[in-house]
Amino acid sequence: MDRDQTAIEGARDYARLVQQFAPKPNVARLVGRAFLVGGSICLAGQFVFDFFRQRQPTEVEAIALTLATMISVGVLLTALGVYDDLGELGGMGAAVPITGFANTMAAAAIDFRREGLVLGMASKMFIIAGPVIVYGIVAGILTGLAASLLRLVSGGG
Amino acid sequence: MTGKRLGQFTVQFSRPPRIVGAFTLMGPREGEGPLGKYFDAIVDDYMWGEYQPEKAERKYLEHAARRALGRAGLTEDDVDYFVAGDLMNQIVSSTFSARSLGIPHIGVFAACATSTLGLGLAAMLVDGGFARRVLVATASHYQSVERQYRYPIELNVQHKPTNQWTATGGAAAVVAAEGDGPRISQATFGRVMDWGVKDVNHMGAAMAPAATDTLLRHFQDTNTTPADYDLILTGDLARYGSKLFRELADRVGVTLGAKHMDAGASMYSPEQPSGAGASGAVCSAAVVYGYVLKEMARGRFNKVLALATGCLHNALTSQQGDSCPGVCHAVVIENG
Amino acid sequence: MIYFWAFVVGGLICALMQFVALRFPRLTPGHLLVGLTVTGAVVNGFGLYDRLVEFAGAGALLPVSGFGASITRGVIEETRRLGWEGLLTGTLELVGLGIAAGVLFATVAALVTAPRS
Repeated sequence: MDRDQTAIEGARDYARLVQQFAPKPNVARLVGRAFLVGGSICLAGQFVFDFFRQRQPTEVEAIALTLATMISVGVLLTALGVYDDLGELGGMGAAVPITGFANTMAAAAIDFRREGLVLGMASKMFIIAGPVIVYGIVAGILTGLAASLLRLVSGGG
Repeated sequence: MTGKRLGQFTVQFSRPPRIVGAFTLMGPREGEGPLGKYFDAIVDDYMWGEYQPEKAERKYLEHAARRALGRAGLTEDDVDYFVAGDLMNQIVSSTFSARSLGIPHIGVFAACATSTLGLGLAAMLVDGGFARRVLVATASHYQSVERQYRYPIELNVQHKPTNQWTATGGAAAVVAAEGDGPRISQATFGRVMDWGVKDVNHMGAAMAPAATDTLLRHFQDTNTTPADYDLILTGDLARYGSKLFRELADRVGVTLGAKHMDAGASMYSPEQPSGAGASGAVCSAAVVYGYVLKEMARGRFNKVLALATGCLHNALTSQQGDSCPGVCHAVVIENG
Repeated sequence: MIYFWAFVVGGLICALMQFVALRFPRLTPGHLLVGLTVTGAVVNGFGLYDRLVEFAGAGALLPVSGFGASITRGVIEETRRLGWEGLLTGTLELVGLGIAAGVLFATVAALVTAPRS
């Protein structure tokens, strides 16, 4: 009797076997739900913006208030234990909008608070959202640099 | 010492030790599942009043251990070793429970295969004359496992159908040279098998090859077939892992049929969303120490082959591009 | 009219990301969101994303691509105003609000709540 691990037939095509027996996700349904959940959140944000636009002198202020509101909504729904259910339902529809960004921070803060306010909550608050900020900044700087250089080269202002 | 080894992988006990007491203490979700009535106690708040889930997990383990001793009519002084393990880094649920139990501690790690590894090891210690009685225990907790291996609890995550839900609870059993209870007649400890499954969301696929390997080796060593057992129980393969396991077993000429049951696939009902099924060190332990022992006492099963499987990755290995190795440990439990 | 486009554009960005997630299951949500953010940042190099925001309002602003685009916009505006140091000071001009609000509200939430299942 051999001790060869591949003695059980199929080691080589195991990946294919796993695929074969894997559940096939209903792409249409999942994409549709992402569309509806994401679209609804953005629509809600648009209503919020119009609410503030009527009351604020400048559009910039209205935008600022809208973002702050949507972030607080994301945090609130996380604190109520509801946003994770929204994520289960809408997938990317819940993750992509800024409410999702707020959720990552609130979820981490709430969970890791258990290890204390400094070493737990504060040090892990950006554990999920960090990459978005890091690569957003890197991409923004590089893009801005490229755009500025191109403008310089083409003589424009 | 001659004659205890059977074939290449299995040991046969010359005076098979008995499981003389057991206790399963599970969370509310598990209590509401199809096997709920087989668990000895259900905690109605799965955090059990604790602020940190790791502390709750520890509580489940220690209480199950103490109650198992009680069921066997024993105290800590009557037991020679405390064989325990769990999913936490440095198996702290076990070590911290050992701290209060005061029994010499043999810490083990086999992820979700801890239940049968513990039974097999305990049986070796007793049959080898190294112990009169051994207490075996394990536990797991949904939140503590999520925090260590995956994500914060309130994070928006869309789970895949192959994801499993970590069972919450603690389970313990006492193995002794003498007493009332079914005996552990054989044990087959498994090799770690890795067939390149990198998807940590599909642990069932990672563990199925190990389950098949241990199953096959056990049958070869003991010259038995599924027909010789009343139940062939796997731990934590869950829905899709079980399918792969049955397919792989078929390919090596072993047809399992209706005798096969998977602990992970049986823990929750379809109304309890849990992806592919349950996982966690306590899952197979609760089913073996709870459901199986009780049904054996009733006479519904007389000879059971229990094969718990474990997925041996940690939070870092998948980030480092490693695949998930699996292991499967088997014990034969029989009446008489 | 902008309500319609906010819903549709926001929905489409999310739907597209969901499709990508299903098509490439090895990519985690983290990877996908980083990709979307960077896309927004790069696309706004010449103000294209700003135009999408004018057209679709919250449907373009709220997704994380808007976050990336706002970083680029801040960088470009500040570089025009200050020169090279604007490359760095401009990054958080517009999104600083979102980050600060997130930190503040998340902290409050953590202090006020007890975690549950």
